[in-house]
Amino acid sequence: MNARFLAPLAVVAALAAGAAQAQNLPNLRIGLREDPDIMDPTLARSFVGRIVFASLCDKLFDINDKLEIVPQLATTHRWEDPKTLVITLREGVTFHDGERMDAEAVRYSLTRHLTMQGSFRRGEITDLEAVEVVDPLTVRLRLKQPSAPFLSQLTDRAGMIVSPKAAEAAGRDFGAKPVCAGPFRFVERVAQDRIVLERFANYWNAANIHFNRVTFQPITDSTARLANLQSGALELIEVTSPSDVPGIRRDRRLSLTTVDGLGYWGIIYNVGNGARAQGPLGQDSRIRQAFDLAIDREALIQVVYEGLHTPSSQPIPPASPMHVRDLRVTAPNLDRAKALLREAGIRTPVAVDMMVANSPELRQAAEVMQSMVAEAGFELRIVATEFASALQAAVRGDFQTYLSGWSGRPDPDGNVWTFIHSRGAQNDGKYSNPEVDRLLDQSRAESDPARRTALYAEAFRIALSQDRARSYLWHPKTIVAHTTRLQGFALVPDGLIRLQGVRLR
Amino acid sequence: MWGWLLRRLGQIIPTLLILSVLIFALQQLMPGDPAIIMAGEERGDPQVLAEIRAELMLDRPIWEQYGAWLWRLLHGDLGFSWRIRQPVGELILEKLPVTLQLGLMAFVIAVVIGVPAGIVSAAYRDRPADWAANGIALAGISTPNFWLGIMMILLFSVNLGWLPPSGYVPITEDWRQSLATTIMPAFVLGGGIAGVFMRHTRAAMIGALGQDYVRTARAKGLPEKVVITRHALRNALIPVVTLATIELGRLLAGAVLTEQIFSIPGFGKLIVDAVFNRDYPVVQGVVVVTALIFVTLSLIGDLLYMAINPRLRAA
Repeated sequence: MNARFLAPLAVVAALAAGAAQAQNLPNLRIGLREDPDIMDPTLARSFVGRIVFASLCDKLFDINDKLEIVPQLATTHRWEDPKTLVITLREGVTFHDGERMDAEAVRYSLTRHLTMQGSFRRGEITDLEAVEVVDPLTVRLRLKQPSAPFLSQLTDRAGMIVSPKAAEAAGRDFGAKPVCAGPFRFVERVAQDRIVLERFANYWNAANIHFNRVTFQPITDSTARLANLQSGALELIEVTSPSDVPGIRRDRRLSLTTVDGLGYWGIIYNVGNGARAQGPLGQDSRIRQAFDLAIDREALIQVVYEGLHTPSSQPIPPASPMHVRDLRVTAPNLDRAKALLREAGIRTPVAVDMMVANSPELRQAAEVMQSMVAEAGFELRIVATEFASALQAAVRGDFQTYLSGWSGRPDPDGNVWTFIHSRGAQNDGKYSNPEVDRLLDQSRAESDPARRTALYAEAFRIALSQDRARSYLWHPKTIVAHTTRLQGFALVPDGLIRLQGVRLR
Repeated sequence: MWGWLLRRLGQIIPTLLILSVLIFALQQLMPGDPAIIMAGEERGDPQVLAEIRAELMLDRPIWEQYGAWLWRLLHGDLGFSWRIRQPVGELILEKLPVTLQLGLMAFVIAVVIGVPAGIVSAAYRDRPADWAANGIALAGISTPNFWLGIMMILLFSVNLGWLPPSGYVPITEDWRQSLATTIMPAFVLGGGIAGVFMRHTRAAMIGALGQDYVRTARAKGLPEKVVITRHALRNALIPVVTLATIELGRLLAGAVLTEQIFSIPGFGKLIVDAVFNRDYPVVQGVVVVTALIFVTLSLIGDLLYMAINPRLRAA
C-alpha cells in the first residue's frame, strides 16, 4: 500500500480518535442568574450573555487576571502612530462553519459592529474610522482620534469576530444561531431553559478544552440555583446572594471562587436633570458631602453583604492599575456631617428620596443607609422601584438620589467617562463641569497609564471631592460556586467564566 | 342547544378584541420605556433611542401600533420578541405544552386529592376523618407556593436526591424524566387547589345529602355507597365543575410563580420575563392566547354542565 492511500486513512483515523476523545469528555452545566438576551455580539447587551459568549465567540484580545491585554484571535498588535493600530491575526483559525477567520472577516465584523442598525457596539468603537486589509493575516485600523481605551474594547464583544458567510445569510437573525471562532459551537437554545454548546474540534486552542458539551441554564431564584448545585444537577453557578456564601463554605462538596470585580455600586445625585435637581441636595455640595460622610461603608457591607465586597469612594476598582490610590475610602464622620448641614443653613431633618431597584439586598442596603444618615440629620425615604421603571426615571431625572450599579469595564474609561462627562450617555444626574470634561477627554487620548491615573485623580478631586456628583460605595466581588470536582477554574476581574484549562474529575 | 353553542362561540371574538384593546391601553400606562431598556448603556443617547423607537414602531400613535399588530395577528403573525428576536408564535408553541402538561398534572393531583377528601369529609361530618381532611385542606390553601417549592427541592432533591431540582424534559423525549421534572411543581401547584376542591365538594355534598331525594333513596333501602355516589355526588358535582374550570384558569396564574421556583420554561416564566423586560410583543401574544384558553375552558365547563345535568340541555 502506498502513501497516497495511507494519508486519507490516517486523517480518518485521527478524526475518529478525536471524535472518540470528545465523546469521553464530560459535560458541564452552568447556572446563570437570568436568561441572556440575543446571542449576537453586535446586538447583545446583558452581562450573562457575555458569560455565554466567553465559550462561544473568541475575541481579538482578552484580558488576564492582572487586567493586561493578551492576544486571542490576534497574536500581536502595534501602534504605527496614535491613530493607527496594526493587528496581526492567528494563523489557521476557522469559524464553526469551517470558513477561515482572516483579515477580511475582521474587517467585516468591525464594520458590522459600526454600521448595523441597533448595534450596541457602535458607542464602544466610535473612534474607529476605517479598517484596511493589509494581507490575509494583517489588518490596519485607522482611528478618528487617539484613543487609549480603544484596544481594551476589542477584549469584549466589540472584538468578537463572526463568520461573514453565516452573518450575511442570517441577517438580523444571526443571534438565533451564532457562528464564531470560540472553543464551543452553538447547538440549540430553548428560551428561558438552556443554551447548549458543543466542543469545536477545530478550535485553535482545542487541546485546552476538556468538555464535550456546555449547557447554560438560567435559574433566577438564587436559592433554587444553589439547590441545583448542591443536588449535583449543575456543576457551577453564579452566586448573587452573599447570604448563600456561609452555607457554600460549610459544604465540603462545594468550592467558592471569588475575585474583586471591575464594577461598583454608588449613589447618583440628581444635580442637573430637571426639576428634581433644584432642591437643596441637588444644589449644595455641602449637603451631599454631609450625606456621604454619614455612610459607614464598612458597616454597610458587613451587614448586607457578609463583609464580602470592597468599600470604595471612586469608580476605578483596586484591581485596576489606574486605581487612584490617594483617594481614600471616606471614613464616616457624623460631627463633620452635622457641621456641614449647619453651615449650609438647612433645617433638619433634611428629606431625601432614594430610588432603589426593587431587590431584597438593595432594599436592605438602602434601609441600613437610612438609619445611618438619620443620625446626621437626614430623613431618607426609600423609593423601591422595579428595574425598568427605575431606568426610565433615571433618564428623565425623576429622582433625587439613585442607588445604582455598573458591571465595570477593564479600561477605567468605561467606568468613568459615560457617567460623569457632561456628554456621557449614562450621566443620569446630568453633572457637568467643563474642567472635568477636559480632564476625561485628555485621559482618553493619553496612552501612558501613570499620566492617565494622574488625570483621573484630578478629575475625581473636582467631580467627587469638590462637586460631590456621586458617592461611590463599594466594588462588588464576583462569586462563583462549583463542585470540588471542577479543577483549574480561575476568575478574571471581569467575572466571565472561561473554560480553557478547566477539567471535571 | 346548537344555537346556544353558536352564540357562545360568537361571543369569543368580541371578547378577545376588547381584551386586545385593553392590553394595548394598559401597556401605555405601564412605567418603564422599552426603548430605554433596549438601549442599555446607550440609554442617554437620544439618537439611539430614536432609532429603537422607529424600529419597534414606538414612535407611532398607539392606534397605529394596535392596527399593525391586529393586521399581523389576522395573518397569524404575533411578531417577534424584542429581547431575543424569536417569533412570538414560535415561543408560545414552545412554552404552551410545558405549562399545559404542568397544569394538567396539577389539576389531576388536585381532583384526585380534593374531591374524594371532600366526599369522605361530608360523609363523616364532624368526625375525625372530617377534621383531618379539613386540616389538610386548610394547610394546602394557606401554604405559600414559594415556600413549599423551596422546601420540596431541599428535601427531595438536595437531601434525598430522588428528583431533579429544576428544569424540564418534554414528555415526547423521555416520559419518565418528564414526570420526574414536573411532579414536584405539579404537587406544589395542585396542592393548594386540592384544598379548595375539598372544601367545595364537602359543602356541596352536605347540601345534597340533606335533600329529599337522598332521604327517599335511603328509605328505599339503597346501600349508603350507592346513595352517595349515584345520587348525592352527581348533583353535588355541578358547582364543583364550575369551580374546576375557574381553577383551571387559576392554575395558569399559579404557574407563574411555580415555574420561577422550579425553572420550568413555560408560559408563566415567559410572561414574567417579558413584563420585566418590557418585551411587549411577547406580553401581547401570551395574554391573547391565555384569554383564548380561558374562554375555551369556560365553554367546556358549560358543556360539561349540560352533560351532568340533563335539565339544562332542554333550556
